[in-house]
Amino acid sequence: MAGSTKNRGYAVYLIPGMIASIAVIVVPLVMTVYISFTKWTGIGSPRWVGFDNYTRLFEDANFWASFGHIILLIIAMAVIPTFLGLVLAAVLFDYVAKKFSDRWASVLRSGYYLPQVLPVAVTGIIWGWILHPSYGALNKIMESIGLGSLTRNWLGDPKYALYSVMFVMIWFQLGYPIVMFMSGLQRIDPELYEAADLDGATWWQRFRKITVAMIRPELYVVLVTTTIASLKIFGQIFVLTRGGPSNATLVPSYFAYKNFFEKAQVGYGSAISTVLTVLIVILAIVFLRLQNRAERS
Amino acid sequence: MTLTATRASTSRTPERVSLRERHPARFFILALLLVLLLLIVAPLLVVAINAVKSPADYAANGPLALPHHLYWQGIVDFWNRANFGLKLWNSFITSIVVAVLGVILSVFNAYALGIGRVKGRLWFLVFFLIANLLPQEVLVYPLYYLSKQVGLYDSLWSVIIIFTVIQSAFGTYLLTSVYTEFPKELLEAAAIDGAGKWRSLWRVVVPVSRPTLAVLFTFFFIWTWNEFFLPLIFLISNDNQTVPVALGVLQGDRMMDATTTSASALIGIIPAMIFFLIFQRTLTRGIAAGAIK
Repeated sequence: MAGSTKNRGYAVYLIPGMIASIAVIVVPLVMTVYISFTKWTGIGSPRWVGFDNYTRLFEDANFWASFGHIILLIIAMAVIPTFLGLVLAAVLFDYVAKKFSDRWASVLRSGYYLPQVLPVAVTGIIWGWILHPSYGALNKIMESIGLGSLTRNWLGDPKYALYSVMFVMIWFQLGYPIVMFMSGLQRIDPELYEAADLDGATWWQRFRKITVAMIRPELYVVLVTTTIASLKIFGQIFVLTRGGPSNATLVPSYFAYKNFFEKAQVGYGSAISTVLTVLIVILAIVFLRLQNRAERS
Repeated sequence: MTLTATRASTSRTPERVSLRERHPARFFILALLLVLLLLIVAPLLVVAINAVKSPADYAANGPLALPHHLYWQGIVDFWNRANFGLKLWNSFITSIVVAVLGVILSVFNAYALGIGRVKGRLWFLVFFLIANLLPQEVLVYPLYYLSKQVGLYDSLWSVIIIFTVIQSAFGTYLLTSVYTEFPKELLEAAAIDGAGKWRSLWRVVVPVSRPTLAVLFTFFFIWTWNEFFLPLIFLISNDNQTVPVALGVLQGDRMMDATTTSASALIGIIPAMIFFLIFQRTLTRGIAAGAIK
């Protein structure tokens, strides 16, 4: 009881935040879920159609394709960067910093992180130009070193477009896990490594048993944030390919955007975004559960 | 700290010297890491050398040759065509206002949740966590519709209000965990001196947590600067566009050739690089802070 009287008066400070959140998050969220059960062009009033949008969605090849592409993008944005980042962070922290100097390690780290600070649109412009079939740098370089037969329309050919986007996303994402893991590694007691050395452990054994085990919290955070980021990807797709060619790089958020603002099928677009949201929230809950269990054990 | 300690202790052991002699391979590893660095930075370098190259020079010598002379016309032309000064100003004003308001809102929320421990704080935290995870696609159409109703469509204010709320959801989550550990003695001392909650907040809590607030400010500024999706939808007139939107929508433009494109990319990169250099220390520290919670 004493605690509750002492703490009285703090709730006032939540009022501005809650009003703002209700206006900008809760109300639009509820509206979108409602609209997803209607047919609406954005003008006039929405007409209730029940689950029509959802049944249509599950029969729509484009919808399945867009989620299929997301799986490949999760590999490019979450799985590969996390794995590469883990190895690179360990090498930088445990090898370069010790055998060379901290300065080398931090210069390399900053360099790898650089793509992360660029605005998404700029990333798209850079790569859109490098991969351009006629005036792009990559094809020009390949021609000049005699690989002219291997030049491709990297972003314009449905066979290669998604792989090109995946490559760009690995380039973009790699720095984030490196920085996160290196900061986590600071926590490790150097004596652990010395003890392992005395026991004659190889670098690989130390990496698995000490490095990976100690930065497990960062590992969780990186995997879940990058996975959610790949589910939400929009900017790079918009600037690089606009979901094309012939929907080869279509992703859910761009699919929803097209329905909202190009086709005026607001109900259908809302159904797509609702499904995407449900997926993300489920993923976040699973992640929190796993994290809690890991912390308790 | 840990790093220097490690180095000091290993350099004293004799094994380290023998390791150094036995392993010329270590330079091989460093060389590999440097090649990777070059691969990552190469696209930016290619953009930089082609941004200052004349179209004729590019046609004759290709993308990899250094420019014969520095040719600034591409950048000047793009700057004027896109009215880039105005775009920079729009981005700057939006990002700075969001960063300030977002930090203030996060402080208020976290003050109530972390220090005040108001009833149902766990549910509020779950709410802010989920708000922070939601894809913007699920909010965008109603926001677009409502902003038209209240006359905020195509105004920087619509973007400022939305991003203040979205960013502060993250800020609240992070800052609450910091404030939960806030030293109680400081607050009790302030209360004994007769300070109310409002004065304690500004005289004790905010000054003590200033480093965390600086990190949040930096995050909010850069995130807002880089945002693309919502500004693309809300800022349709030329005079209201932010830098990423201006650059993004010009990509479909037929007038964009290789050198103009690099010029546009370069002037998009430069502000980001400046922020990166200014904020680098706060950022690396802040990413670490985000990792723990």
